[in-house]
Amino acid sequence: MKFAPGAAVKVRDDWPEARGPVHIRTPHYLRGRQGTVVRHLGDFANPEDLAFARPASRLPLYHVAFAPEGIWPGGGADLLVEVFEPWLQPI
Amino acid sequence: MAAADLTLLRTDSDRLLAAVRGLLAAKGIVTPEEIKERIRFVDEAHPGQGARMVARAWVDPAFRATMLADGTKAAELLGIPMRGMPPLGVLENAPGLHHLVVCTLCSCYPRAVLGYPPFWFKSAAYRARAVRDPAGVLAEWRTVLPADTTIRVVDSTADYRWMVLPMRPPGTEGWSEDRLAGVVTEGDMIGVTLPHVTA
Amino acid sequence: MSDLPDAGIAEPGDNPNRAHHDMGGVSKFLCEPIDTAAHALTEFDREVDAIRGLLGAKGVMGVDELRRGIEAIPESEYHKLSYYQRWIRSITDNLLVQGVITAEELVAALK
Repeated sequence: MKFAPGAAVKVRDDWPEARGPVHIRTPHYLRGRQGTVVRHLGDFANPEDLAFARPASRLPLYHVAFAPEGIWPGGGADLLVEVFEPWLQPI
Repeated sequence: MAAADLTLLRTDSDRLLAAVRGLLAAKGIVTPEEIKERIRFVDEAHPGQGARMVARAWVDPAFRATMLADGTKAAELLGIPMRGMPPLGVLENAPGLHHLVVCTLCSCYPRAVLGYPPFWFKSAAYRARAVRDPAGVLAEWRTVLPADTTIRVVDSTADYRWMVLPMRPPGTEGWSEDRLAGVVTEGDMIGVTLPHVTA
Repeated sequence: MSDLPDAGIAEPGDNPNRAHHDMGGVSKFLCEPIDTAAHALTEFDREVDAIRGLLGAKGVMGVDELRRGIEAIPESEYHKLSYYQRWIRSITDNLLVQGVITAEELVAALK
């Protein structure tokens, strides 16, 4: 487990959708955005593999908070989203 | 992985269901009796279950603490079947903080405690708008929050299922747990509405 | 909400790589009203739901496979299908892809 509560993180600005059929649980609007780890929710099998019936490793899943500024043009909501560890980078 | 033939998949849904039902039965994978039994089981989950949890949390601080730490355990304490269900997380509303649950990617919903997701929860409009304009979404239900309330939108993207623990409404002092549960609706536990006591 | 985009923040829904089911905040839905009315489930809905649940419990097909099959529905069809119509389509897709049923068997069963 890489991130402790309070850790500043950035969601990878990656678009696997452009590279072929995928199943991604990191919403488009968070790609490249910065947030704060709230807590580790547990380790769960990687849905990106489960979706294609491939062997899936277990990954740490975090609840990550995002401030309204910096997500939408014109502001928006305070957000709390489950994000798998490989999608998060330390800042 | 090769995708299945689109022409076949475009078959009328009723015919597709009949064909799949027949093939699964013929292969002994899913029998019609199992389907009937499963429907009976799923129909037993309803918002009254979540409402019982909320009411208990309002009167019992120890239960409330358990519920916030481990929603699955709290549900099981009230006899709600959770085996095979995703872990349940509970988000507590407080003065100045209101939670709203959405699943922008599909329709993840705390079915064990609320039953089938309602139509609106699955709609494109709700899924798109909740993360961006939650106050506008609440206005669709004529829900008005006190000024200076932060709305925290919870996008349910992965393995947890989330329900909201709303604040106990004023005017319910001394009420029994059953009576309290009676004022808690499905919408209150997703965050689009607030428990309402009619005078 | 302001109509004026903040300088420096791109409109996230505009990324051409966004998958159509990934609809959080997408501008084309922002002015769409929400149908808050209760819609009763049909027998079809309940049965499709039950079959998916049983296939999951039996380890034939998991929830992420269901989602993959739904996401594979072209956007123009996705919005015309009801919720459980998408599900039966994805279930069929997955059963075919996994070889649980064959296309020949399905064609025969559809007759």
